[in-house]
Amino acid sequence: MSAEPRAVGAAVMGRESPSKLSVRGIAKRYGAADALLPMDLDVWPGEFLTVLGPSGSGKTTLLQLVAGLIEPSAGSLFIDGEDRTHTPVHQRGIGVVFQNYALFPHLTVRENVLFPLQMRRVPAPELKRRAAEALGMVGLGALEDRFPRELSGGQQQRVALARCLVYQPALILMDEPLGALDRKLREAMQMEIKRLHRETGATIIFVTHDQEEALALSDRILLMNHGRIEQIGTPQHIYEHPASLFAADFIGLSNVIQGRIGAGGVLETPDGALPLPPEAPRLSSGATAALVVRPEHVSLRPATPECAALRGRIVESVYAGSEFRLLVTLGSGTTIVARRSPGQAPLAIGDEVVLDWDAAQGRLLPA
Amino acid sequence: MAGPASAVPARRRWNALWLALPGALFLLLLLVLPSLQLLSVSLTDSETGEFSLAAYERAFGARVYARIIGNTFAIAAQTTGLCLLLGYPLAYWLAGLPARRQRAATLLVLLPFWTSALVKNFAWLVLLGRTGIVAGAFQALGLGQPPDLLFNRPVVLFAMVHSLLPLAVVSMLPVMTGIDRGLLQAAGTLGAPRAAAFWRIHLPLSMPGVASAGLLVFIASLGYFITPALLGSPQETMMGQAIITQVQQMDNLVFAAALSALLIGAALLSCLLYDRVFGLSSVSGGAAAPRAAGSPLRRAGLGLAASLATLFGGLSEGLARLLGGHRFGWLLPAYAWAIVAVLVLPLLAMVPMAFTSASFLSFPPPGFGLRWFAEYFASPVWMSATLRSFGIGLATAVVTTALAALAAFGLARGAGRLSRPVFLMFMTPMIVPSIVVAVALFQLFARVGLVATDAGIMLGHTVHAMPIAFVILLATLKTHDWRLDQAAATLGADRRRTLLRVTLPLMRGGLVGALIFAFLSSFEELTVALFIGGGLRTTLPKQMWDDVILQVSPVLVAASVVVVVLVTALFLLAEFLRPARRGRAA
Repeated sequence: MSAEPRAVGAAVMGRESPSKLSVRGIAKRYGAADALLPMDLDVWPGEFLTVLGPSGSGKTTLLQLVAGLIEPSAGSLFIDGEDRTHTPVHQRGIGVVFQNYALFPHLTVRENVLFPLQMRRVPAPELKRRAAEALGMVGLGALEDRFPRELSGGQQQRVALARCLVYQPALILMDEPLGALDRKLREAMQMEIKRLHRETGATIIFVTHDQEEALALSDRILLMNHGRIEQIGTPQHIYEHPASLFAADFIGLSNVIQGRIGAGGVLETPDGALPLPPEAPRLSSGATAALVVRPEHVSLRPATPECAALRGRIVESVYAGSEFRLLVTLGSGTTIVARRSPGQAPLAIGDEVVLDWDAAQGRLLPA
Repeated sequence: MAGPASAVPARRRWNALWLALPGALFLLLLLVLPSLQLLSVSLTDSETGEFSLAAYERAFGARVYARIIGNTFAIAAQTTGLCLLLGYPLAYWLAGLPARRQRAATLLVLLPFWTSALVKNFAWLVLLGRTGIVAGAFQALGLGQPPDLLFNRPVVLFAMVHSLLPLAVVSMLPVMTGIDRGLLQAAGTLGAPRAAAFWRIHLPLSMPGVASAGLLVFIASLGYFITPALLGSPQETMMGQAIITQVQQMDNLVFAAALSALLIGAALLSCLLYDRVFGLSSVSGGAAAPRAAGSPLRRAGLGLAASLATLFGGLSEGLARLLGGHRFGWLLPAYAWAIVAVLVLPLLAMVPMAFTSASFLSFPPPGFGLRWFAEYFASPVWMSATLRSFGIGLATAVVTTALAALAAFGLARGAGRLSRPVFLMFMTPMIVPSIVVAVALFQLFARVGLVATDAGIMLGHTVHAMPIAFVILLATLKTHDWRLDQAAATLGADRRRTLLRVTLPLMRGGLVGALIFAFLSSFEELTVALFIGGGLRTTLPKQMWDDVILQVSPVLVAASVVVVVLVTALFLLAEFLRPARRGRAA
């Protein structure tokens, strides 16, 4: 484990170093069904990449291919520049943290952590030192003689992490490792994983279906759907510039207003003409398109009779602690979500409101 | 609910464990007490009835008996070792199959499991005999006289392993199926080659199953008498045979009791040993509690697994390198199918031999004929034996299922310190060799006039069938979702209607399974029938036994085929009615 934490962001975005993992045209078919369509992917050293997608999107297949647990139907895979496409799983030197932790029930915590070192024939004194170090890193030094079943879910998770970190794998894969934990513990473990990532400088590929988790942890997010890459980029980029309606819908909450491109740079909708964002892609007049606006960009004010802007009626108000979420139904029946801080003048269910947003905050996507 | 009790507002909670009482009393009266009595009989003088160790002195003193005792333990130990060694890869292979194929392949192991030892051993007697398949093959190939295959130690071991291998496999299978194969994948990602992952992870985790298989096979082989009697020479005489001779020919109950006591002692000792290492409750497939991290036994086991991993890992790597990366992936399925074939083939091979036109047994049969079936169905002796077996089987099935269902219900719903003893009580018939049960019941029934009665045989069979019915029902009830009963109650159903409309329909598969398997175990039971039936109340297995001792006739093969067909049909019916794990397709 390198002593100094790496400047992850710069290394990732600069792309000067050769990639840690390089995937070229890799695909997996089961009979006639495509689990994963041919895909290219580069993961940079020290990067935290989250693979995000709904169940059945191919994210676990990708992870199993990288780990060597299944054979690809096509394509190849390079780790540190070396072709590892057909290397058996036990020779890949990849760390995997499984969804259910896969701790060996007949071995104690320490024996679990020692296991990968014994497989590598690490000499005895170093074996002890490294196991103690890894257990110390996850704060479990005191529990090393317990059996896994005697630990809580969070503790088992830490053992799984220690067992993975102890042999300093070139690449760590995590398959929904926090899925079985309750919300509070999950958030604590997210912080823990972030810290371990920073301290060890390890390259981590983290599979999840939880978009909040992906936003909180990642250097980059790989968004998958139907066995292919939907979009890849930093969390902020994907959130602010979703490449597709799927991306807009899957990450964060989005309002989608369908319509046709009209003359003079507007979107003709049943509720009126809406201005297009300035940097919108050029779509020919008459093409169907969708305008995506995040709830936090929608502002509401009480309607006055003479106002010609987009109007609607509040149908539901949900208190969420730091904010109200208001559901507004437009004349056409489309529902828009808006956020409103409790400090603002209260609006009640049934109130007529005018909706407004900065045109530059909207995203125009072909529909 | 009538009576003053229902008027009291704070009704005392009634512990459902009481439901186990009838079955527990039944087993106490017909198994535990008679066995203890047998023990006390063994300590008396057969003439005067006073305390004496003469029987034991004779057992260990006389060369002939010392040799029989030695034989018994040697053969039982060898059988157990071979069953575990041969059965482990088969169980491993079965456990790794996808659910649907696993079920289909397991049927092929369970079918010989449910076919009686008598039929299986008789099949070998016929197939390996002078007119059997092997001899036929030698003649057809012009190899002259076939080697003498029968009446020696290897064939006794072979047939005993053939008989008991299914028991070993079905005992190991639940534990192996319960092992998360993801753990082996995890071991792979941590750097363990497949051999190391198997020896260091799979083997230790499967040990509870191996141990319970070993326990059950060892105890079953201790009391074996069919195989050595049919296929062995006098050199292979085992204690079971000696007990039968003492009771039936010498009329020396005291000496038989002493030999039985030795068998009980050995069985109990194995159970104690097992309990020390794994805990008895894991016989039922429950997970064993891990031992203290520092226990020397655990250290030694892990160390052994690690050295085996190194040894076989090195071997397989070396072999793979020599053979250019060939991993023998085909070897395990090929081995498994070969074993399954050997398990099933003798049962199938009997069918063509029964439909022979010849007046004696031969393979291949010279032509098709139904004469032996005609003789079987026309014979009043065979028919009365068959009908008696049916009658006793049905009565046994009903009584056993009723007692076992009450107990299983009590154990699933009740609680308390008595749960464990009650569970063990209902499993006891499995860990007492059946020959001991038979002798114990014989000396009890002789005093109450139940010898040579159908009721006596039925009571003995109920003892014999109790564990299997109990285990099936307990498993059904343990997976039952009791919230459904609560849901029925909130929807307005009273207790009786909840039971009739919700609980019992959901348990149907288990109840039918218990009935069928209790029937089968009675229908094929020989030992109890041999002692309690006397010469007068002959069941079908007893009739077959008498016949096979006298001469191997084609009628016997026809009767065996009838038994095999019936067992197969009932077994498939039970399998078909068994509730599917992931819900039945609508």
